[in-house]
Order: sequence, then C-alpha cells, then structure tokens
Amino acid sequence: MTTTAPPPPVPAPVADSPAGRLRAALWHLVCVAIGLVLLYPVLWLLTASVKSGTEIISNLSPVPEVFTPGNYTHAIDGVSGISLWRMFGNSLLISAGTVVGNVVSCSLAAYAFARLRFRGRGLYFALMIGTLMLPLHVVLIPQYVIFQKLGMVGTYLPLILPKFLATEAFFVFLIVQFIRSLPRELDEAAIIDGCGPYRTFWHVVMPLLKPALVTTTIFSFIWSWNDFLPQLMYLADPDTYTLQLGLRMFVDQSGSAAFGPMFAMSVLTLVPVVLFFLAFQRLLVEGVQTSGLKG
Amino acid sequence: MAQATAPPRPLPRPRGGATDHARPARRRRSTALSAHVFLAPWLIGMIALTLGPMLTSLYLSFTDYGLFTSPKWVGLANYRYMLEDDRFLASIGVTLRYVFVGAPLKLAAALAVALLLNRARRGVGLYRAAFYAPSLLGASVSVALVWRSLFATDGFTDKTLGSLGIHLGGFTDNPDYALYPLITLTVWQFGAPMVIFLAGLKQIPRELYEAASLDGAGRARTFLSITLPMLSPVLFFNLVLEIINSFQSFTSAFVISNGGGGPADSTLLYSLYLYEQAFTNFHMGYASAMAWVLLIVIALVTAIVFRTSRMWVHYGQEDAS
Repeated sequence: MTTTAPPPPVPAPVADSPAGRLRAALWHLVCVAIGLVLLYPVLWLLTASVKSGTEIISNLSPVPEVFTPGNYTHAIDGVSGISLWRMFGNSLLISAGTVVGNVVSCSLAAYAFARLRFRGRGLYFALMIGTLMLPLHVVLIPQYVIFQKLGMVGTYLPLILPKFLATEAFFVFLIVQFIRSLPRELDEAAIIDGCGPYRTFWHVVMPLLKPALVTTTIFSFIWSWNDFLPQLMYLADPDTYTLQLGLRMFVDQSGSAAFGPMFAMSVLTLVPVVLFFLAFQRLLVEGVQTSGLKG
Repeated sequence: MAQATAPPRPLPRPRGGATDHARPARRRRSTALSAHVFLAPWLIGMIALTLGPMLTSLYLSFTDYGLFTSPKWVGLANYRYMLEDDRFLASIGVTLRYVFVGAPLKLAAALAVALLLNRARRGVGLYRAAFYAPSLLGASVSVALVWRSLFATDGFTDKTLGSLGIHLGGFTDNPDYALYPLITLTVWQFGAPMVIFLAGLKQIPRELYEAASLDGAGRARTFLSITLPMLSPVLFFNLVLEIINSFQSFTSAFVISNGGGGPADSTLLYSLYLYEQAFTNFHMGYASAMAWVLLIVIALVTAIVFRTSRMWVHYGQEDAS
C-alpha cells in the first residue's frame, strides 16, 4: 500500500530514474482518483442544475440529455414571492455582521488574554477554553428565551449580536495563539514610548494581526453563510429568510417536480463559499494547520 | 519573598517602566482596568449568553416549561421520562452509531490521505486544497440536498450498486441503511482533520526516519514504530474534536430526513430530537434535560478518551526510537 508508506520528507525521488518516475505517476494516479471521488458530488450538483427534473433521477450520466438553463431563471425567481436576490442580501447581511462582530470582539479579548496581566486571567482563560467544548444545545433554549423576552425573535439580532460579544471562542483562541507568536518587544517598546494599552493595541498589535484576522474573516463568513440551525430557530417571516432557509422551503413547497431549479438554487447558494475558497485556499489550509480549526 | 529582604531602593521595574511617576501598583491597577475594557464584550457574552443560560438550562431541566407558561418544578420527572421515551432511546442509539462509526472512518481516511500527501511532489498543494474543499461545502443545505438525491431510492448510489448486483432497497427510504448516507457525508469531509495531520507529520524529526532506515526497518515497521507514536498527540486532538462535533451534528440529518429523523427514526440524531422537542413540541424543560444529558455524555466520552490516551498518546521522543 502506498498510502501507509512512511513520509520521507526528503526531496522527491529523482525523477530521472525509471522507478522514481513510475512511482510519481502512480502517486498522481491515486491522488487524481481520490480527487474524482471527492469532487463527484459537486460535479453531480453542477450537472443536475441544468437537467430537467425527471432526468435528474433517470439519467446517471453527468452529461444532460436536455440542457435546461431555465432552471436558473426559475431559481432566481425565488420561493413564495421572495426573490433569490432578497435572500442573498439577507444572508450577506448576517454574514457581514458576523465577520465584523467576530473580528472586533475576538481580537479585543484575545489581546487581553495574550498580553495583559490581571487578576482572574487564568480563570477567565479556562472559561474561554471551556466554551470550546461546550455543546451548543446547553445554551440554546435559554438564549432563545432571552431573545424572545427581548422581542428580538424574528430579527437578525439573535444571529449577529452574540458575535459582537466574542461568543465564538475558536476565534479568540486563534488570535491569542497568533499574538503569542508576535515578539513582545514590539508592544513593550510602544509602552516605553508612552502608548497606553489602547494605542498599543490599535497601532502596534492590530496591524500585525492581519493574517489572523483574515483567517477569522474567511471562516466567520463561510460558517455563518452555511449556518442553518440558528436561522431556523430565530427567523419565521419569509421576508427575512436566508438562502439556506429559502432552499429548504423550496424543497418543501415544490416537491420532486422542481428538482432542477432546486439544484440551480443550491449551486447559486454555494457560489460565495466557492469564491472564498478559491481566493483564499492557501490561507485556509494554513489557517487550519496552525490553529487546529475545523472546516 | 525577594521584596521582603530587598534594601529600600527602587526595584528594577519588570518591564516598560520608563515613566518615573507611574508606580507599579497604580500601573497594575490601570492594566487590570484596561484589561477589563478589552474583555468587556467577552465578559458580557460569557455571563449573559453562556454561564447564565447554562444555569437557567439546568434549572429548566427540572421543570415543565412550554415557553408561553411559566416553568413548573417537576423534579426529576424529565430525566425519568427519558427512560420510557422510545424516540429518545432511539436517538441515543442512532447518535452513538453515527459517532462511533463516522468519526473513526473519517480519521482513518484523513490519516491515510495525509500520509499520501506528505511529500514534496509537484501538484501536492493543489491536491491538499481540493481534498479540503468538502469540509467547507459539507455543512451546507445544498450539499445535504445532493446527498439526499444521490442516496434516494433509484438514485445514483442505488442504481450503481444495483448494476453491480447489489440490491439493498435504497438508502434514504430504508430504515436499515438510512444512516449510511449521513456517515458517508461526514467521512467525505475528512479534509479538515487531514490538514491537521499534515501539520503533525511535518513536526516529526527526519533523523528518526534516517535512524530507522539504517536499522533496516521496513515501511510497516517505520509507520507503527515512528509515525504513529509521533503523531499520536495530533490523532488524540482530532479524535476529541471529531467526537464533540459529531455528537452535535444537525443540518445534514435535518435536511436529508426532511426534519423528521425518518424513516422509522433511523436518522434521528440526538440534536434533531432535541430541536423537535424544544421548538416543534415546545417541551423546553424536557429539551433542556436532554441538553444536559448530552453535555454529560460528551464529557464522559471525552474523559474516557483522555484516560485511555495515557496508553497510546506519546509526548516526546523517547518512545519513538
């Protein structure tokens, strides 16, 4: 088995030798095969989005018999009177709010954890790490009750407001780890020059944080874009529906006849995620590697 | 204490003490103050959205609460009812199967592919990115819909297997097999743990492999005696993370089973049933009790993994050579 071979971190075997060449070719073959299996569902989705409803079930071949681009116009018309653009805008609003909230609140908290000495820091830090492991369900119902009492159910506030309160401990932890890797002398120098912690944070640390903040931005965006359960809980009025909710409503209302438009809508829903992925794939993979974040 | 015996001359300031008038104590107080300013959003969130709700949820778990009436104390009734609630017991069985089949398969795939990609060859970056992509797409409703169609009766998988002479009678409509689409969907997203494995593999010192090859160790032996032990902390990290995450899976099961966990409750993941109890039936007291049972189960399983990890997680190099 080539897959269990120990990883020789030495430079690739000399490509000139026939054995090395054969091995490299075999390696590529295995990788391409895995890639095809993994990406097949995505390819299937793309081709299903231009097939007719009946053909999606009957035709196993990825090439459509009848090319049906009309699925897309149908998808853009949206569900029960709400256009796709409206839902797109709603999703975008929530994701943008989430990104801003996470970047601001998590970097503030992370700076305090990484650089400032104060009583209770150990306890606070343990609490923060603890929330990484806490199942969402334990706080789900009381949070719902709180937002319901505040009259916020049905608005985007329950989806965005918590992000401004650094509730995503993943990102706090990510930024803490990043700040710890920055040379301490830099902010010490700023303090000697008379900067208080606020100016040090804003003028010295913040600009250096850029890579961590970019990672936070990418993951915040993609996660909140794909998020489903909180939206399902808090949004009831179709006017406020996001793409994920709209997509599900589409399934409920139109049945199997509208499979084509449903998959066209699925494709359109994934476009921002794919664009983010293509633009930042190197950073994404590195971000996961350095922080242990899950995708 | 050093301060007690020190002569009464100004102590050297630990750091950054350039301004003469700023006395250490005052300075410490102002640091503490500004630390709390930085932490204010997090502290508010911690108290109002985590600790407070946790206590409330614990309290609600001993009550009969339907959101529109005030909670009525019922003691352990919610917890006792769980033992008679067939759907609750079914959801536990489904979830345990999902976690204990899905997570190991996913990690095995992640490790195997990480080993494959852990070499300097042309195109390796591209493969890494491509294999990671499902981890980002997989959580969406879109992909869950794809899975639902791929595994539908007479769908792609059913027909493909049928043409090979294997007739299982469909997946999503068949209680015996309906959980497998969910498991393949989670395994499909092995890219995230794979990337973490790759980072771990990079940390293994090359000398170990050189020494092993001098000793004439074969590939299997090198893998078992060097790679696996050196990688065990990362494996442990991935395992804990994967278990915690899979216990909480929701979207895919909700979409694929159309919200009901069917057929015959065969895909009724725990969080699906909890959601149904809380937000469809408005049994919020019972759902709170379920949330606490989930917390305890996750804590227990994690604790067991932590305990057994002493036997198989190796820190440092002495075990490897």
